[in-house]
Amino acid sequence: MNDFAANFFNLQILARVWPSLLRGLTTTVLLSAVIVPAGLAIGLFVAVVHSLRNHVLRWAVVVYVDLFRAYPPLVLLIYVYYGLPFFGIDTDAFWSVVLALVLNTSAYFAEVFRAGIEGIPSGQLQAARATGLGAAQTMRYVVLPQAIRNMLPDLLSNILESVKLTSLASVVTLPELLRAARLAQGNTVNATPLIAASLMYLAILWPLVRLTTRLERRTLAAR
Amino acid sequence: MQTFSSNFLNWDVIQTYLPDLLAGMWVTIKLSAIILFSGLLVGTCLALVRMARLRLLNAVIIVFVDVVRALPPLMLMVVAYFGLPYLGIRLGGFAVACIVLASVLSAFTEELLWAGLSTVSVGQYEAARSTGLTFLQMMGSVVLPQAFGLIQAPLASRIIATTKNTALASVVAVPELLSQANTAQGYSGNASPLTAASLGYIIILLPMVLAARRLERPREAA
Repeated sequence: MNDFAANFFNLQILARVWPSLLRGLTTTVLLSAVIVPAGLAIGLFVAVVHSLRNHVLRWAVVVYVDLFRAYPPLVLLIYVYYGLPFFGIDTDAFWSVVLALVLNTSAYFAEVFRAGIEGIPSGQLQAARATGLGAAQTMRYVVLPQAIRNMLPDLLSNILESVKLTSLASVVTLPELLRAARLAQGNTVNATPLIAASLMYLAILWPLVRLTTRLERRTLAAR
Repeated sequence: MQTFSSNFLNWDVIQTYLPDLLAGMWVTIKLSAIILFSGLLVGTCLALVRMARLRLLNAVIIVFVDVVRALPPLMLMVVAYFGLPYLGIRLGGFAVACIVLASVLSAFTEELLWAGLSTVSVGQYEAARSTGLTFLQMMGSVVLPQAFGLIQAPLASRIIATTKNTALASVVAVPELLSQANTAQGYSGNASPLTAASLGYIIILLPMVLAARRLERPREAA
């Protein structure tokens, strides 16, 4: 039992690696703070383009969404990270991760927004237009406010997945939380940093999991 | 353009590493099959166990599901692969990938199925029992089919996500498709093996994505 505590819950080791874990956590938060808003914005844009009812654009959106739903984000990240230098583009690990994960998550967000927009009955669109609102105004004042409420559970669960995805950055040696914990574990020959990093992830993400579960339950019950 | 095709679509390079890439693709398929089967099975069992409403057991299941949903799967794999040896438990990369990804899938399956089971109306349960079906018969032929019907779209997305996550096994030294492509890219100094691997993933996953799209439709009609 003592062995267990010394290897997994060692406070001396924790004190030693704490600063580097905190730096890792900061990078994880920073990555999420860039990727989630960018993914949401591009996803919304793609979904609005899909709603324009232009055949060519609609096809392009379906291909974009299906392609990234079928493509493992880790493969995409490695492709971006090792591939871009062949174009003479100097790749910074941080921006490679941002590019790869925004491409991936925006496709998921687009799908959520699309379903949300299509879930609004067409009578509402016609009524909005009949009262003299323009297409953009209809979107802004009638469709999106209702759609966003309906898709809140899916949006939240995608945000949760996006934050979890930032751990892939460790593979391209970006010292976010997971990578920082791995390095600390190697340096100290002790599993405490791994446990500490897991607890940090839990501290940020567990509330989000609870909230998502509650909202999902409510949507399913309402159906 | 010349440099693009010679660096990304170089057939000579791809041909050299094609046997390795195909072997990797086979490992990816095997890994996915094992994980999907055991994850769905365990998840279904957990949801059924939760129906018994034993307070302590349910608390354990809920904590397991929440923790596994909150942690990045790669973090769990790293803990299992690099952390467990400190307990004297040494698992191979393949076993770690199977156990972790199947656990993650089972957690999501349990959560979805439990929500589905709570949504099937009480009358269905009562009617099934009053016609003389046993608990297992009622579940198997009345309740589970309806519950799975309710959750088919999100469950399909989860199955796709799990299959994509097999690429994470490359981090714990499983020679699956991404790992083979990465090695080949390192040896050849050329990105073409990664292009070939991307194509391999799309061949495996695009049919699943298209099938999932089809599942999303009846919901709108209903």
